[in-house]
Amino acid sequence: MSASPTNPPEQSAAEVAALLEIRNAAKRFGAVDVLKSISLNIASGEFLTLLGESGSGKTTLLRLIAGFEPPTAGEIWMGGERLDALPPYKRRVNTVFQNYALFPHLSARDNVAYGLRVKNTPASEISGRVEEALRMVKMQDFATYRPSKLSGGQQQRVALARALVNRPQLLLLDEPLSALDANLRKQMQSELKSLQREIGITFLFVTHDQEEAMALSDRIALLRDGALEQVASPREIYAHPATAYTAQFIGQTNLLRGEIRGSMATCDALRWPLEGSDGPVTFSLRPEAIRLCADGKLETNEVKFRAAVRQQFYGGSSELLEVECGKGQVLRVRIPARGPLTGEHDFVFSMADAIRVRE
Amino acid sequence: MTAKPATGRAPLLAIYATLVFAFIYLPIVVLILYSFNRDGVGGFPPRHFTWNWYSQLFADSSIWDSVLSSLIVAAASVVLALTLGLLAALALDRATFPGKILFRRLVLLPLILPGIITGLSLLMFAVFAGVHLSLLTVFLGHGTALISVATTELFAGLQKMDRAQEEASLDLGATPWQTFWRVTLPNLQLSLIAAGLLIFTLSMDEIAVTFFLIGRDNTLPLEIWGRLRRGITPEINAVSTLIFAVSVGLIVIWYHLRARSLSGTSQEPLEQPGEFP
Repeated sequence: MSASPTNPPEQSAAEVAALLEIRNAAKRFGAVDVLKSISLNIASGEFLTLLGESGSGKTTLLRLIAGFEPPTAGEIWMGGERLDALPPYKRRVNTVFQNYALFPHLSARDNVAYGLRVKNTPASEISGRVEEALRMVKMQDFATYRPSKLSGGQQQRVALARALVNRPQLLLLDEPLSALDANLRKQMQSELKSLQREIGITFLFVTHDQEEAMALSDRIALLRDGALEQVASPREIYAHPATAYTAQFIGQTNLLRGEIRGSMATCDALRWPLEGSDGPVTFSLRPEAIRLCADGKLETNEVKFRAAVRQQFYGGSSELLEVECGKGQVLRVRIPARGPLTGEHDFVFSMADAIRVRE
Repeated sequence: MTAKPATGRAPLLAIYATLVFAFIYLPIVVLILYSFNRDGVGGFPPRHFTWNWYSQLFADSSIWDSVLSSLIVAAASVVLALTLGLLAALALDRATFPGKILFRRLVLLPLILPGIITGLSLLMFAVFAGVHLSLLTVFLGHGTALISVATTELFAGLQKMDRAQEEASLDLGATPWQTFWRVTLPNLQLSLIAAGLLIFTLSMDEIAVTFFLIGRDNTLPLEIWGRLRRGITPEINAVSTLIFAVSVGLIVIWYHLRARSLSGTSQEPLEQPGEFP
């Protein structure tokens, strides 16, 4: 795993059974390049998350796939068919909208039945499939309610059923949980995940919440200013961020900026041997990769430094320290909870955990 | 400190307000009272209650012919103005085309133009086109002049509509045409009803434009106006009272619907949860 810290190997696996292929898709609004030549494959049955800050272009990419916006350049293919030439109603793609966009004049049941009705599905088939979809999201008891009578979480479920009843090949979810409160959100995350496993539909999920992305996804595509920063599994992207931006965006990290000179890496007070050509360098070192070294004993390939505890944040099972090692360099350290800590201590980290990242 | 001048001014303000309201509404009150007065329009105060003028009114066929004419014109104007107004509102809401701002102003012009101008120009048009003046010309006059009312109301309705709903409809496989009928129009339902009621009321008591375009069949306002030249009869009071009651009823309904469609709670009660077309 630590052998090749940069190139994520999952990409090739996705290409084998790609359901959706985005080829150099770009979108420009006026003078603004919202998306700059995105290429991305989504495998059949995959749960892929588009993660990014607001304005990174993730919703725009979703809208290109759904067909609400045409790409300025590039192509989108699904199952051997050119998707971007089709109007939205001819795509086997369904969307769960951010604010659900339920039809206010229709009951939950009629909302769910909508997609089948407009495609002239026989009435006998509609009722069965609608009931099944409502049961799947545990809303069968609310079938006759108008959206205005439903809570946010219930509307969310109806929106999900309304999309899934059409048996899309690909389900797009545009920040579907962002309007829910924290508890409900956690619960819906877990239900969403098990639902996806159960029905095996490919999910393309948009969120700005990295924790949510980590918890749900098979792979995460991190977008930054309209370009893909990194595409990898949550574990891979956390353990081996390719760039400083990724390292900071996904979880917490210490960014160490310094240089390599004569096979020695130097970042302020920290020094350790490292092969590489001379020049400036940046490392990401996760807070939990640093440990307190009480007995002063060092494993092989570990770097030891002495630092003073400046701040201590108690977090239940663990605590986060802010420590200062010479020259004002501050590092964050996560250690198992152990009680108040003051003064200077020895800390160590393994050289392999200092991941070299691009700026 | 700030409360003192207000309390000092309050009685004066109340008197002033009362006078203004009296000036506006007293004639209507008098009109309604005298429609029930046995001694007709003469004599003060009215002494003897009677339904007499109402029964005379109901026996008067030329009044009812004119009521029928007015109803036909108003109903047809509602259909014409709503249809064209909806198209204009849709264009203003979602299309971009050269001259859009100009179009937006022009479509509102009949609201501002004096009825005389509208009536006269339509009359000249009818003359040039060689069309005989009849209820048809009146209907065309009302219908086109009231497009502006329909456009404003429906445009407001479209503006507050959540466009994501239409995207959701397309996303679920509905064609743009199906989306229009199944999502856009139901969302506009209240705006359509409100605009329809307003247009109906405006057409019912329109005089200026009608005056220029009328043929042989009178509308109700022109029938009344024609009779007034022969002096005020209690029958006129009676018919005016009825018009007043119906107008107030329509305006109350219109106001209610408008308030509901603007507040966005429009979808709330209507009926218990159940099937919808």
